[in-house]
Amino acid sequence: MATKNRQNPATNLGEEDRSTLERVAVGFARRLRTAGLVVPVSRTITYARALDLVGLSSRERVYWAGRATLLGRREDVGVYDRVFSAYWLGVSTGVQTDGPEPVLLALDDVESDADGEPEVAPEPDKEMLAVHYSAVESLREKDFAAYSEEEWADAYRLIAALSVSAELRRTRRQRRSRRRHGAFDFRRTVRLAMHTGGDLFVHARKLPTDQPRPVVLLVDVSGSMESHARALLCFTHAVTWANRSRKVEVFALGTRLTRITLELRTRDPNVALAAASSAVLDWSGGTRLGENIGRFNDRWGMRGVARGAVVVVLSDGWDRGDPALMASEMERLSRVAHRVVWVNPLKALEGFAPIAQGMAAALPWVDDFVAGHSIDALEHLADVIANSSGTKSSQKINQTLLASK
Amino acid sequence: MGMETIERSWEPMDEKLTVEVVSAALVKHAYLADEGLATSIFLSMALNKPLLLEGEAGVGKTEVAKVLAAWTGGKLLRLQCYEGIDVAQAIYEWDYARQLLHLRTAEASGATAATEDELYSERFLVRRPLLAAIDHGAGPPPVLLIDEVDRADDEFEAMLLEVLSDYTVSVPELTTFRAKVPPRVVLTSNRTRDVHDALKRRCLYHWIDHPDFEREVAIVGLRVPDAFPGLVRQVAAAVEALRDLHLYKPPGVAETIDWVAALAALGRREIDERSVALSLGSVLKYQEDQATARNAGLGELVRVALQRGH
Ligand SMILES: Nc1ncnc2c1ncn2[C@@H]1O[C@H](COP(=O)(O)OP(=O)(O)OP(=O)(O)O)[C@@H](O)[C@H]1O
Ligand SMILES: [Mg+2]
Repeated sequence: MATKNRQNPATNLGEEDRSTLERVAVGFARRLRTAGLVVPVSRTITYARALDLVGLSSRERVYWAGRATLLGRREDVGVYDRVFSAYWLGVSTGVQTDGPEPVLLALDDVESDADGEPEVAPEPDKEMLAVHYSAVESLREKDFAAYSEEEWADAYRLIAALSVSAELRRTRRQRRSRRRHGAFDFRRTVRLAMHTGGDLFVHARKLPTDQPRPVVLLVDVSGSMESHARALLCFTHAVTWANRSRKVEVFALGTRLTRITLELRTRDPNVALAAASSAVLDWSGGTRLGENIGRFNDRWGMRGVARGAVVVVLSDGWDRGDPALMASEMERLSRVAHRVVWVNPLKALEGFAPIAQGMAAALPWVDDFVAGHSIDALEHLADVIANSSGTKSSQKINQTLLASK
Repeated sequence: MGMETIERSWEPMDEKLTVEVVSAALVKHAYLADEGLATSIFLSMALNKPLLLEGEAGVGKTEVAKVLAAWTGGKLLRLQCYEGIDVAQAIYEWDYARQLLHLRTAEASGATAATEDELYSERFLVRRPLLAAIDHGAGPPPVLLIDEVDRADDEFEAMLLEVLSDYTVSVPELTTFRAKVPPRVVLTSNRTRDVHDALKRRCLYHWIDHPDFEREVAIVGLRVPDAFPGLVRQVAAAVEALRDLHLYKPPGVAETIDWVAALAALGRREIDERSVALSLGSVLKYQEDQATARNAGLGELVRVALQRGH
């Protein structure tokens, strides 16, 4: 258009940013469609251009740019709001994103078995099992933000089955080896030989003792994490309970820092979560991530809790504080910790870019950056914490699935 | 290129256009837009897309176009829609009377008979708002206000869609007009009927809500600067309470402004039951709504307003 040159504000966006922006726009439009809105491609294009114009630094403007370009009816605002929160902030959508596919899967199987023969009704039991299996199976990839209340029961069970333990660390203490490897245990061999009159029948050997590293979990419980906090807390409970006699520490990060380790040392996840919730006063409040990580460093981390530990931060990285503070505290943390893992449920979203300032500031000090938004993703997280690329925990999950049948 | 010359022939704004610039310019013209409306107007200008504004009566939809014209210096071309509006009203018409006159004078003067080309030439063409918006001269683009589009019918919408798709108007007897610089287009709707999807897809969309209390106070302050501030707050509070009464036509900002102006004209610095009863007609236009308000209790309304508006 003729007025374009003069009137379009320069956007300071490079080509790369622009393509990120386009992916973000397309991803968001797709989410709206999944939630039931009609969003023509032309609107998506306009939306991307609008984002380019208003930039991403103001949440309010990003919100209004989408409303002006993607919607055409006031009735759609409710859905838009929910999807917007989930996409840009991680707040619960309440929108069911997955259809009831499991039933179809079961019927498909029956048909392909019958192969040309007249349709036979499946045995009721078999169908039920198939449906249930697919339902649970389909949960694995589903974003926690889209969970229905019924699905949580299955989720708790699956998460509890992960039985996470941290990677091992060699200690100076050594233990006996039953096998023929390890260093020659001179002292024990001699002691054993005393019984046999000095004949060296048994060659005792010793192995260094491996001990799991301490695990520290820092869970963001601010408003923007609402839809994922439940699953992530459930995960921290699973870790705490499975390692209850060992060194696992859990802290909630909100407007303040709260230690919730003791609250989570209970078998029942519902009881544990309720206890943790009441311990955290500022549940779903604002976030002061950098500040609170600093508080953790001062009070706990530097005094030993984080030393040599696998530190796991579970947060979407939305921080109201100064990004510089976030960066310096993450640096302090990463210097004492063995490894820092960051779990961000938003990472799974299509076109995700770490645009939250806190997230961007923290990333340089993070060893592993994972999603943790679904059962599958938590399973991957368990492997990351254990620092094993093996499939130990997925086997666990599959056993649970089989047992549930 | 012809487009280039025209583009350089006017200098609409010195500043780079931003949402802030839009907000500030509107305030300068006594219009207070919230972040959502300001962003929508900004995008509509920057992306050259029509803006469809929906909302209850009196929330300031029409005013947006007026203020936009005043600010940008573009001519305001207003097309008030109604059922049955047609090409002759919306796009163009031939001036039959003058055509006839021309024919007669040509005959009387004994000159050669007027040709068809002569009759269907620019001088007999009457430009209605849509054509005027497309075929405008140099200078800032006009602001085309298509007001209350929900009152028109499907046929009109189809016609509008055609014009807004490529900003061209074809007059078969004459030529095809093409906008060199597209007009700024604002459509408003009260939602008595849904605007067709195809038309909506061409537009940016914004629903204007009733303003919140403080914003409404600020708007009235802008519009009736002489009114006593305490009175403005009380009236805004009373209007807010009236909007909760499920009225046939809940009062808009326009009514709040009228009411404050009426009470100020009565010399009031504070509302009281008697002056409310006297001026109720300036805020509730329907007898039924006035009755509803009276049944709910004007005394109670005044009490709430005095408390809230303090
Ligand atoms: N945000 C605002 N700032 C300043 N004035 C406003 C604002 N909103 C409304 N007004 C005033 O309210 C009056 C009514 O506005 P307007 O006629 O634009 O309403 P409308 O939405 O078009 O109503 P209708 O649906 O009845 O046509 C105008 O005098 C306008 O100046
Ligand atoms: Mg109007």
